[in-house]
Amino acid sequence: MAVDLPVLALILAMAGATYLTRIAGFWLVRLATPGPRLQAALDAVPGAVLASIVAPVALATGPAESMAALATLGLAMRLPTALAVPGGIGALVLLRALGL
Amino acid sequence: MTAIRCHSEARPWPGEAAAALVDSLPILLGVVPFGLLLGAMAASVGLGPLEAMLMSGLVFAGSAQFLALDLWPEASAAVLVLAVLLVNLRHVLMGPVLLPHLPPSRPLTVHLALFAMVDETWALALRRSRIGLTFAYYGTLALVLWLAWVGSTGTGAAFGALIAEPERYGLDFAIAAVFLCLLAGLPRCPRALWIWAAAAVVAMVTHALMGGVWHILAGALAGMLLGGTVGHGR
Repeated sequence: MAVDLPVLALILAMAGATYLTRIAGFWLVRLATPGPRLQAALDAVPGAVLASIVAPVALATGPAESMAALATLGLAMRLPTALAVPGGIGALVLLRALGL
Repeated sequence: MTAIRCHSEARPWPGEAAAALVDSLPILLGVVPFGLLLGAMAASVGLGPLEAMLMSGLVFAGSAQFLALDLWPEASAAVLVLAVLLVNLRHVLMGPVLLPHLPPSRPLTVHLALFAMVDETWALALRRSRIGLTFAYYGTLALVLWLAWVGSTGTGAAFGALIAEPERYGLDFAIAAVFLCLLAGLPRCPRALWIWAAAAVVAMVTHALMGGVWHILAGALAGMLLGGTVGHGR
């Protein structure tokens, strides 16, 4: 359970680089308040990020994943996330068991 | 900007913390096997459990850590840090979206909150912001995810991935399922649907061409481009 010094240095550098990307936005909005156009662009970020994260899994992995994604979306519109997620996972297990 | 500020800090913190705990459970289904796998991967390139936990605790970015461990045996330190920086560039876009929703606070608190801004905390915090985001909610969520991430990486490094085939239990789908639920919860209008569709198409093409997590940055930029040019202000 030892920590190698070069490894520690590398981990710290990686942590610094990551943290830089996380606080960059804080300093950017301090430098300039976004105008209406940039604000409209920023407003598009949440949906665009979520759609981008799920797109490869939901649309380009396989029929079982695509159908499970559809099932998850359907469940999510009626149930809380804590139930819709296990429901979606269960659907995928079932679909895979069916050989899809 | 966000015109409405709910007096969310007036809500008692135990309820807020409990809500965060409930919301974190489905995420843990996906995060823990992911962390175990990452820990096992860290061990395979020669990192000890303590080093793996230090990495998870300080970097706290799953996809970047996976890429770093993948490059670890061959790449120079400079290349590795650069790769981590690039993979995390999407945070630069995510930060300004989250910031207006954080409760008013000192810069130090904001900087600490931003340390814990990962895709999952960011998306859940934005959903919560519709009824007002509190630090009790955000902090609990961040702490639970951080502890689970560090704990599962350390366990994976010490004992191996444990869950041999996460696919058998559909756990490889858990994180995607959470994000699908968050997407389903966003306000829908034709303009929003067009933005999502554009982001999804660009993300799929980028993912097919480049792999990794570039598709998130590319899709976000495509959505921003569309959102900033077509019918904004309506």
